[in-house]
Amino acid sequence: MKLKTVKTLLKTETIFEDCGIMDDHEIKSACGEDLEIKNACGADLMSDVLAFSNRKTLLLTGLTNPQVVRTAEMVEIKVIVFVRGKQPPVETISLANQLNICLYSTEKSLFESCGLLYKNGIGPEAMNYIEETSK
Amino acid sequence: MPLQKQQILNKGIESFDFQSGGEASSNLKNVLRKLGVSAKIVRKTAIITYELEMNVVIHSLGGEITAFISEDELEIRVDDEGPGIEDLDKAFTAGFSTASDEIREMGFGAGMGLVNVKRYADQIDVKSSSENGTHVKVIIKLAS
Repeated sequence: MKLKTVKTLLKTETIFEDCGIMDDHEIKSACGEDLEIKNACGADLMSDVLAFSNRKTLLLTGLTNPQVVRTAEMVEIKVIVFVRGKQPPVETISLANQLNICLYSTEKSLFESCGLLYKNGIGPEAMNYIEETSK
Repeated sequence: MPLQKQQILNKGIESFDFQSGGEASSNLKNVLRKLGVSAKIVRKTAIITYELEMNVVIHSLGGEITAFISEDELEIRVDDEGPGIEDLDKAFTAGFSTASDEIREMGFGAGMGLVNVKRYADQIDVKSSSENGTHVKVIIKLAS
């Protein structure tokens, strides 16, 4: 599923979406509306995000402190959606800017958000250890 | 790849510094990528280092991380001053945590930190006491 579809399904508000200015002044998001979201994870505990670390692109969470961005960086999550209408503090947005991780917020609950994405084809994280990935 | 062990990271970690916590792990991740280490090993190392780094932030009075690389392995050392780990067996039990309510509200204290470290490390050695703090040494083999 493309990121733009996730945004529509969850009716997200954009908190941070880096707009890199190209040489020809074309504005392009670092995440890209066409970023393919294959797997997602819903969690409110940092170590749970790290524990089952097969490749996932998107994290749904109610945690808004900067460490959630750091945790996402460790396992190469590119997009974080804060659920239940949560808004992160400026320190979290600043770190996301630094690490090029896009942030959105949805009014929906974690349960509903996960359900909507799952129902529409986004796979769960695999409950196994790190698998071989290409360089 | 260097033949002998080469230090690639040495960084201090401050107690309760949730602003900078994780930076050492992030730095190490970037160094490993630039050295051409495989994505799988980089990810394992990032998780191990981050869990250990945040343990220092949350549970100790401060410490440091040092990382070394050789032709066939990574060595991560995390040393801190603090109260030590009272019961090592419990500390390695999934779900067990001594984190305070304040820490849990931040999303830590799942009780999976050392479990994650042990899962992804090829070797782990922990020495801990109330007099000398906690000293962790982890080896990650570079070849699968």
